[in-house]
Amino acid sequence: MRRPRRSSPRTRMIMVILALVFGAGAVYGFAVGSAGAQKGTSVNPTPATPPTSDAQRQQIARGRTLFLDGCSSCHGNDARGKQNIAPTLVGAGSAAADFYLTTGRMPLSNPTDQPTRAQPAYDRQDIDALDAYVGSLGQGPSIPKVDVAMGNIKNGLASFTLHCAGCHQVGGAGGIVTGAIAPPLNESDITPTQVAEAIRVGPFLMPNFNANQLSDQDINDIARYVRSTVHPDDAGGWGIGHIGPIPEGMIAWFLAIASLLLIARLIGEREPR
Amino acid sequence: MKSRSPRGELVVVGSLLAAGACAVAFVLLYIFDSHNTQLLGLSLGLALVFLAVASVVAGRKVVDQRKGVEERPVLVQEDVEKEVAERAVALREGVSRRKLIVGAGALAGAGVGVAAIAPLASLGPGNVSETLKASPWKKGVPLVDDNDKLLSVDQFEVGSWTTAFPQHADKRALGSAIVVVQILESEVLKNPQWAPRGIMAYSKVCTHAGCAISLFRYPTYEPTSQPPALVCPCHYSTFDVRKSAEVVFGPAGRPLPQLPLAIDANNNLVAAGNYDGNIGPAWWGVRKGT
Repeated sequence: MRRPRRSSPRTRMIMVILALVFGAGAVYGFAVGSAGAQKGTSVNPTPATPPTSDAQRQQIARGRTLFLDGCSSCHGNDARGKQNIAPTLVGAGSAAADFYLTTGRMPLSNPTDQPTRAQPAYDRQDIDALDAYVGSLGQGPSIPKVDVAMGNIKNGLASFTLHCAGCHQVGGAGGIVTGAIAPPLNESDITPTQVAEAIRVGPFLMPNFNANQLSDQDINDIARYVRSTVHPDDAGGWGIGHIGPIPEGMIAWFLAIASLLLIARLIGEREPR
Repeated sequence: MKSRSPRGELVVVGSLLAAGACAVAFVLLYIFDSHNTQLLGLSLGLALVFLAVASVVAGRKVVDQRKGVEERPVLVQEDVEKEVAERAVALREGVSRRKLIVGAGALAGAGVGVAAIAPLASLGPGNVSETLKASPWKKGVPLVDDNDKLLSVDQFEVGSWTTAFPQHADKRALGSAIVVVQILESEVLKNPQWAPRGIMAYSKVCTHAGCAISLFRYPTYEPTSQPPALVCPCHYSTFDVRKSAEVVFGPAGRPLPQLPLAIDANNNLVAAGNYDGNIGPAWWGVRKGT
């Protein structure tokens, strides 16, 4: 009935061009920061708790092999980043690794590109190993546990409106912030875990939210709401793309103008000659 | 020529009077309760609707729409002269009706005219800058979230943001809503004394058109993306939070007013003073604050 919407290549192209225009319009002095700047509380990351079992140690070792193979060209052999190319992963946490890898955002061919959703480059086992390796580098957010069944869709809408809708639109259709595209969230292949990871990690230009600001229950609510945007209940009857007030206003104007014209035609009926 | 409809005339007069009454109501609302924009719109809208009804009914029912061609008679004939005199007497009955409609029309016209001119008072000097300058913030006012909970420093980490309000104040007042963000202390390039631990607050009202600032970007890795900034969703005015919300992109003409922050003994955020600039979109003389 309603097709799960995935923006067409043309829409994406337009969005990218818009983002480039906005990005180019803004003139920024690039601060030559150290490659050590990290988001979240992990500014000076504390060491991760050491692995307790042999299985964990093996997993981390396998992850390190995969890392050296596929990630180290940008993030460095020690995962501490390379100046002006890629950030350190120490303290990024397994949540960040899992988010970037399961959504196919990493590996990234050009370090200055915005990472966008794609087919994951690794299978689940490899991602688990890489998650374990990145998680072992320093204390960072671990992969959150989400239970959508525990979520309250009404509270989810309220939290989403307050914290997320500014960029992602209240219907989850995505939007633009200067310098980046806020990706659409109303796609059926986005998992609740990925939503929770993005909230905790704050990928690319997105702000991050810690447990004091959005509790795990808030995240259950939000994940539940985000999932509901895939097949929205268009109580008004017509979604108009779910991208907010501008098309709604245009529809209102065009319908209003059409009906006004109709009324004018009725009032101004001419006498037959 | 007895095609006039007395009912139509009544409707026209009634509508004109109603239009005038609505317009007067608009003027009174404007003077005594100008914040109630819904009622202002309703009263002015109804006035125009009644005017339209009066015009349509007058056009269809009151003014004779028949067309005809009358042969020009021979001028000055005694019997014709007599007839004309009689007709003039007969017409006098209609004059009162005509006067009524014209009077009602004048009233409606005057009412709507005054309603249209009255809002010019808003351009006048005086009260404008006072309402815009009113701010519930002063030194020591605690910050609360939208559920009236005090905002603790622990709630923040680098790259997080939220909307906050002054405790015990009207959240809907122009000066109330602020956005609070935390960036690295080393990133704060201007007014570091107002940003304890890199936590800083700005007015949520965009200085361009008054939209709510609802976008915050914080880079995961700045060298390959963009520096942290607050962005307005309406026209993408972008404010660099490292430099006291300096405008780096978009139509806004001046930075977002910054609210100096401090941390109290219980680790909660409080204001350390009032905004450093005038809140809200631009008005005449905004830079001088008058």
